Amino acid sequence: MAYEKFTILRSSAVPMPNENVDTDQIIPARFLKATERKGFGDNLFRDWRYNSDNTPKADFVLNMPTYSGKILVGGKNFGSGSSREHAAWAIYDYGFRCVVSSFFADIFQNNSINVGILPVRVSPEFLEKIFAAIEADPKTELEVNLPAQTITLLATGESESFAINEYKKHNLTNGYDDIDYLLSMKNEIAAFAETRPF
Amino acid sequence: MSTPKTLFDKVWDEHVIRQVKDGPDVLFIDRHFIHEVTSPVAFLGLESRGASVLFSGRTFATADHNTPTLNQHLPVADPLSANQLAALERNATHYGISHWGLGHQKNGIVHVVGPENGITLPGMTIVCGDSHTSTHGAFGAIAFGIGTSEVEMVLATQCIMQPKPKKMRITVNGKVGKAVLPKDVILYIISQTSASGATGYFVEYAGEVFENMSMEGRMTVCNMTIEMGARGGMIAPDETTLNYLKGRDLSPKGEQWDKLVPYWQTLKTDEGATFDLDLTFDAADIEPQITYGTNPGLGTGVTHQIPMADAVKDGSASYKKSLQYMGFAENESMLGKPVDFVFLGSCTNGRIEDFRAFASIVKGRQKADHITAWLVPGSHVVEKQIKDEGILDILTQAGFELRQPGCSACLAMNEDKIPAGKYAVSTSNRNFEGRQGPGARTLLASPLVAAAAAVTGVVTDPRQLI
Repeated sequence: MAYEKFTILRSSAVPMPNENVDTDQIIPARFLKATERKGFGDNLFRDWRYNSDNTPKADFVLNMPTYSGKILVGGKNFGSGSSREHAAWAIYDYGFRCVVSSFFADIFQNNSINVGILPVRVSPEFLEKIFAAIEADPKTELEVNLPAQTITLLATGESESFAINEYKKHNLTNGYDDIDYLLSMKNEIAAFAETRPF
Repeated sequence: MSTPKTLFDKVWDEHVIRQVKDGPDVLFIDRHFIHEVTSPVAFLGLESRGASVLFSGRTFATADHNTPTLNQHLPVADPLSANQLAALERNATHYGISHWGLGHQKNGIVHVVGPENGITLPGMTIVCGDSHTSTHGAFGAIAFGIGTSEVEMVLATQCIMQPKPKKMRITVNGKVGKAVLPKDVILYIISQTSASGATGYFVEYAGEVFENMSMEGRMTVCNMTIEMGARGGMIAPDETTLNYLKGRDLSPKGEQWDKLVPYWQTLKTDEGATFDLDLTFDAADIEPQITYGTNPGLGTGVTHQIPMADAVKDGSASYKKSLQYMGFAENESMLGKPVDFVFLGSCTNGRIEDFRAFASIVKGRQKADHITAWLVPGSHVVEKQIKDEGILDILTQAGFELRQPGCSACLAMNEDKIPAGKYAVSTSNRNFEGRQGPGARTLLASPLVAAAAAVTGVVTDPRQLI
């Protein structure tokens, strides 16, 4: 599935400091019934975002005009729980290109990269700084530089570097995916399969 | 003498086709399970790439997440669910993949039918677009959940690209007390490590408690390993494993079996092999467990009070939000909390031993009048065992009804939804907000604790009823 190439992103950010935001909250199970990958952004954080009569909850961050941007900043252990890639689709479809947290759940992190979202893991201290900066000024801009592997609070210049696998970085910056890579080694895979005992 | 290896290293290293420079390992996948929810978009991706399924014989399809638990002989009422089920059948037929759809005698939850039919074997790599794929680790396999892009990847190439996780060993020594089930063991471990305590790790379980545990119990433990953030959990295969597998429909037979046994016997952690993290617990500290919050790490012994915010690893604001959702307060007792629904089932506790445990408490008692109980076997095979063993009679006499197999109220993708505000004691694996229906409040527990709640109508210590 093609996605936008990721290099340098400058944007304001949406804060969501809750810890352990699980993928059931990001996209509840009842929205997983589609057989095509489209429209998931409308139901991103559905039950936190809307009342049962489908009116928006005024106090939920996605409904506050104050906050906007292509970066979602989440609390520790973001994306825990179900392996549903639909959670990453919903985040991407809504318009986010980057999620920042001090800690990501493994499967969510993989899914994000596979759909073109950059998960940026920062220290708990830097995460607090980002939340504080957004609280002080909701228009605070962040720069996420994938080639340089840095995230910077533009107003103050405070910066931290983040880790990413070279291979995954190459994929994200070029819009490639793992399947392209694996399809190129089909003969090697077929030969390996012959050696398996079951 | 070669370097001592862990069980995980042995299985992982054997499956690495290529190590990408500064990148993940290319890992060969022996078995791929698919179901109706996370596969349709993967098949669409395959088509748009002009790719095909590389080894259709290594993939098995079953319908479970969406399936109704009543009147399975009728057309599925929800058009979206029906559409997904039809897509699975169409794709399986088109690519020549074995498919146990709704109505098939082998149909059931993917993580129940794989092991019970001998598809899951020690030493395998197994993936599925479902986080509870970790269940299959009970057999000494490396099994983990994947996303839909990866489902497409495995269909197209039978491989996945993964960095090797760190290794953790969790040892539980001693003997568990009365009415303490494998579910209590894993809920206790998660409560001690937190919902993110094992992120980045693959866990091996060791020690007396797991050595003495049945295969079904081991599956329950490995199933919920994902709930502490781990990619998966595994247990070295032993006599219990081989006795379980021998003679199952798709297990290797005869000469092939004899050839595999010596290999399987090598699948254990060598003396002197090291782990990145080693945790040890004492079985005597584990009592029947129950959760009170909105992640599986927020659980405690059934006789305990709900902890104060400063005693838990989750941030105070998140913890208070969690208790607010549940309608609970710090320092309240869990015993005696009113319950509205009881759910027995799911890939965690929808096996025959779970129904035997449930029946052991409800036998000779009656369902509490106000309780709605959904008892859902994990597969048709389990359903048949329930009938053959006379468990159905016990359940019926106590005022319960049996439903038909599927994931059901575990994730509430079908009609089985707990209404907003209601309390459910559930043997499933997640108590997230809205997991069992928008606004539903879930208390995770073992089949014995569920049975005790079903007959008393409140949270009850099952030790009082045995």
